[in-house]
Amino acid sequence: MQKKKTKMPLQDPKQRANNFAEVALGYDKEDAINEAKRCLQCSNPACKDGCPVRVDIPEFIDLIAEGDFAAAAKKVKEKNSLPAVCGRVCPQEEQCEAECIVGNKNEPVAIGRLERFVADYIREQEEVEEVEQEKEQVAVVGAGPAGLTAAADLAKLGYQVTLFEAFHKAGGVLTYGIPEFRLPKEIVQDEVEKIEQLGVEIKYNQVIGQIKSLDELFAEGYQAVFVSTGAGLPRFLGIEGENLNGVYSANEFLTRVNLMKAYQFPKYKTPVYTGKKVAVVGAGNVAMDAARTALRLGAEESVIVYRRSREEMPARAEEIEHAQAEGVKFNLLNNPTKILGDDDGFVSGMECIKMELGEPDDSGRRRPIPIEGSEWILDVDQVIMAIGQSPNPILINDTPEIETTDWGTIKVDQETGMTTKEGVFAGGDIVTGAATVIQAMGAGKKVAQAIDDYIQKQNN
Amino acid sequence: MYQILEKEELAPKIKKFAIEAPQIAAKAEPGHFLIVRVDEFAERIPLTIADYDREQGSVTIIVQEVGFSSQQICELEAGDSFLDVVGPLGKPIETAGYERVICIAGGLGSAPLYPKVKSLAKEGVELITILGAQTEELLILEEDLAELSHKLYITTDDGSKGKEGFVTDQLDEILAEDDQFDLVIAIGPMIMMKFVAEVTKEYGIDTMVSLNSLMVDGTGMCGGCRVTVGGETKFSCVDGPAFDGHLVDFDEQLQRSKIYQDKEDKVKDHEFWGDGCRAKEEN
Repeated sequence: MQKKKTKMPLQDPKQRANNFAEVALGYDKEDAINEAKRCLQCSNPACKDGCPVRVDIPEFIDLIAEGDFAAAAKKVKEKNSLPAVCGRVCPQEEQCEAECIVGNKNEPVAIGRLERFVADYIREQEEVEEVEQEKEQVAVVGAGPAGLTAAADLAKLGYQVTLFEAFHKAGGVLTYGIPEFRLPKEIVQDEVEKIEQLGVEIKYNQVIGQIKSLDELFAEGYQAVFVSTGAGLPRFLGIEGENLNGVYSANEFLTRVNLMKAYQFPKYKTPVYTGKKVAVVGAGNVAMDAARTALRLGAEESVIVYRRSREEMPARAEEIEHAQAEGVKFNLLNNPTKILGDDDGFVSGMECIKMELGEPDDSGRRRPIPIEGSEWILDVDQVIMAIGQSPNPILINDTPEIETTDWGTIKVDQETGMTTKEGVFAGGDIVTGAATVIQAMGAGKKVAQAIDDYIQKQNN
Repeated sequence: MYQILEKEELAPKIKKFAIEAPQIAAKAEPGHFLIVRVDEFAERIPLTIADYDREQGSVTIIVQEVGFSSQQICELEAGDSFLDVVGPLGKPIETAGYERVICIAGGLGSAPLYPKVKSLAKEGVELITILGAQTEELLILEEDLAELSHKLYITTDDGSKGKEGFVTDQLDEILAEDDQFDLVIAIGPMIMMKFVAEVTKEYGIDTMVSLNSLMVDGTGMCGGCRVTVGGETKFSCVDGPAFDGHLVDFDEQLQRSKIYQDKEDKVKDHEFWGDGCRAKEEN
């Protein structure tokens, strides 16, 4: 048996560091069948347990092995409303593929790549089966991964779903955050359109909590509301010089480039500040996205600055490898202490202090400790902060009955996802804090079911 | 959606638009702002709501042509539509509980000031308004503000109307005679708000300013509109746009407003020469 995963064709690193086209090119039919045949078709498949939305993995892989790609895609879609997205951005190595038996001795089956293959295969030709929406009205606030999933599932159950989105495009982080070269926006919009074809109505430019309160939604006839507003507010370090020109939150930098298409400036009119030497603070997937985007915008140097070591970096191994291959540098065990500016208020450097690792902290990772007197100046003219987000407070501030945790996330019933306000449910990053796309989708799926149960119970 | 119901020229290069947006009009309060986008290629532009008419279901914005994007908006005519209008955004300001207030507008600042003046007047506040501009023809909303104020002072930089000088000169003069005011609201260029705040600080009068920071989403997501207020970083979009003028770091805001200055020429070149030429340039 083939020990390694069938190779994913990639765009050449040197070439791709200069364009925004997708890095991973995707399997062709032969690759897919070849990889599908590596699946052992376990009678008790553990991979399913690793999937937050419980896709029928062996079943869809078997259909690929038989060459029935359309049926395979349909199988995936039964559980996952955004397979083309998940096949690209899920951390499969920690989920389905981590449980794959083949992985015990060899590389696990490339479940993610196969999911992407069938989703892409079906993308152009699929016709969505419309479900008659004759049940109650449900409102979903926020059209990111959690909201889209919940909306799709509720529509499939026959509810009349309205999805309220603050931006002019749906997709949430899939649209404003994850770059084109990792997740083409055309694919996201395609998936969104499929969800609309199910009967979901998307209302754009609607900041719920400002234009309408949750009580007003109930008054309009919605029987339940799902709040999936995400982790919106970017965090900063609180160090000197953070408001200099050239310091961005990763959110702002990526939103300008992805949602507003600043990489096609001046055809698209939203500008983005682009430095020659860019430091990205943080080492998660968002940090990798920002560092790789900076290179594509023409930065001569793009450096990750992270206070712990390589082992603790939260980004996916694949993303770190891709970043490195493209030329992103890593300045590990360093923590920014001050950002320096020139006379016009633009970034001219960043003071860092060297760190060493001490005993493990609450998170189980070794705690970084500053080495006294080791400050030095990193020569940069742009700094991007990718150190996480806090929950967006707009809707919460407008709805005092919704209780929050000390971290500002919404408190929910663990089973149902219902908040402390009757009929209002929540899921995704607004509940968990910043997490992954598929975790948010898992929450959306679970809550959709709970909303169905809730409304059925109200009716009886 | 978002159709322009009326367009009016208030001054050379300053246009007023009433936009059909009944849901926004229903919720708009003084201090709120909108984000508009003209077409698929356009920036998201934040603009203060200059007025709203709940019955007509419309909101009013006032735009001055300063760069490509504002020019593009100003070229729209009644009957045309905006692609996107988001709002109401930001926190409304409280206008109840005051007895004597001085309102100061510099240039286009009278647009965001107007709904606040209107609301204060409704509360029965004794209101003095100072309206300043570079020159007479750039004074806007003069009559509207005069109608709502107990007294309206005009200043122009060139003396073409009212007192020659800055709004702060007029403010100084008023306060030297009578400083029994419980609030000053100042809206206009950053530098004007900075100097107004310096004057009122001497007299110990609470001062509210409204910032028009650069931003993308207007919902707290990008953090582009960061402002240091009393040593703390705030987001204009969700914490403001109105802040305590005595605590705002105006110099930082002045610097931050200049970050994209060099991009304006590129947009203009592109509009003139189109895609092809730019590509040539780069190769």
